[in-house]
Amino acid sequence: MLIKQTESVSENDVTPEAVYRDRRRFMRMALAGGALAAAPLAGAKPSFVADAPVQTGPAWLSQRIEEAQAQQTPVEDKLTPYEHVTSYNNFYEFGYDKSDPAKHASALKPHPWKVEIAGHAEKTGRFNLEDLLGKVTLTERVYRLRCVEAWSMVIPWVGFELGELLKQFQPSSKAKYVAFETLYAPEQMRAQGSAFSTIDWPYREGLRMDEAMNPLTLLAVGLYGKVLPNQNGAPLRLVVPWKYGFKSIKSIVKIEFTEKEPPTSWNISAPNEYGFYANVNPKVSHPRWSQASERRLPSGLFSPNIIDTQMFNGYGEQVAHLYKGMDLRKYY
Amino acid sequence: MVAVLWRRLGIAAASLLPFAWITYRAITQQLGADPAKTIVLFTGEWTLYFLFMTLSVTPLVRLAKWRWLMTHRRMLGLFALFYALCHLAAYLVFILGLDFSRFAAELVKRPYITAGFPAVLILIALGVTSTKAMMRRLGKRWQPLHRLAYLALSLGWVHVFWQIRSSYFEAAVYGAITGVLLGLRGYWSWKRAQNARSVSTP
Repeated sequence: MLIKQTESVSENDVTPEAVYRDRRRFMRMALAGGALAAAPLAGAKPSFVADAPVQTGPAWLSQRIEEAQAQQTPVEDKLTPYEHVTSYNNFYEFGYDKSDPAKHASALKPHPWKVEIAGHAEKTGRFNLEDLLGKVTLTERVYRLRCVEAWSMVIPWVGFELGELLKQFQPSSKAKYVAFETLYAPEQMRAQGSAFSTIDWPYREGLRMDEAMNPLTLLAVGLYGKVLPNQNGAPLRLVVPWKYGFKSIKSIVKIEFTEKEPPTSWNISAPNEYGFYANVNPKVSHPRWSQASERRLPSGLFSPNIIDTQMFNGYGEQVAHLYKGMDLRKYY
Repeated sequence: MVAVLWRRLGIAAASLLPFAWITYRAITQQLGADPAKTIVLFTGEWTLYFLFMTLSVTPLVRLAKWRWLMTHRRMLGLFALFYALCHLAAYLVFILGLDFSRFAAELVKRPYITAGFPAVLILIALGVTSTKAMMRRLGKRWQPLHRLAYLALSLGWVHVFWQIRSSYFEAAVYGAITGVLLGLRGYWSWKRAQNARSVSTP
């Protein structure tokens, strides 16, 4: 009989995050030489590896992001390099290939930016991004991101808890859900004009109120300690780490408190494939593929890097209680 | 004769260019975050392109009278097989890490793989029976067997169609080409049947 050997553990897998980050900091110091060596590196600054072009933003925003305290949830996973996070993703407003967002997102103008707050709340209206950010605390969070297509990344976001912002508008008792909308501007987002798209623009997403108020739910404005690049959803995007990536709507222009479950883009496009909840769940397959495992990127050619997908993407401790008594096969 | 030989060499060299290109990009690590998927998509697309080219030969010979092309149909077909094998091998090695139990599961669970795999098997069968010796051995059965190329292309298109996520564009373009190539065959066989009838009825 064959005895199956357990997988060998590589050095990277056991390097604690703090050590990993320190090494990055050391490398940056070594690389940057004089100019950066003068900057204070001892504080808990977000990590950054300069291996790809970096987008700059307005000074006030860059400063806020750089000041953000690293207050991350401990993650033992290795970070996905900046280069890959910013050059390989889905942002269908810019094209259907994963390299399209990085190629075409420069047409987007994320500053100045306004967000409309609407629906069942005491305070509503259109707000400047700058004013919205004035009311919240920015932090860095390292989250796993699991795409519904069965690949995943580990990304250090800079943002704030969505709940912290929502509370300030004093939602009423009728506010059972929160609906989000992406910018609709075909002159900036070229694929919004495509006749072959399966999605009806603008892109829409939504969360149940308790999901929105969960401390894990983040609105991100930065990535790797820098301004969020256009292709990753500048200037403001949602990050819901226990749900499939498509829930994390990008370039948000509208947040609305609703009483009924809001319609969501992928659910409208293919209701039997994408549900409203879209919680990461290895036991519920997509009709066209299994969700039991995922490929962690970057993947090497001869080491496909296949790992088991975890229930709620490994965030069950923080969110499983939200779905107590629900049939997650029915509410996928 | 010499001209034919040069054309053969030229077509073979040109047909290997996509393979050389993707190999170069892989070695120089220019394939991005998911090199495995990039290679699998690339080789899959070129399998379709070569199937399109192979099945365009007969229409071009009949309609544009490019008779010289007929000599090269087999090589184009064999390159379709070559890219199909690269596509399958890249998927098995780079995506599945040669885990065959996973392959068995994917074959059942992913309908587009259920459609794609038999297409590769058809191309293998056609490649094996493409030699002059096999043509002689199979005689009259050779042509009906090689009409399975139409089925392989149709399955290839279904394989693409079932993977549509955000855009119909590729599937629509490939579908239109497939429709024209197979539609022509349908039209010709309908005309043959008509002619046969008009000949038999005085």
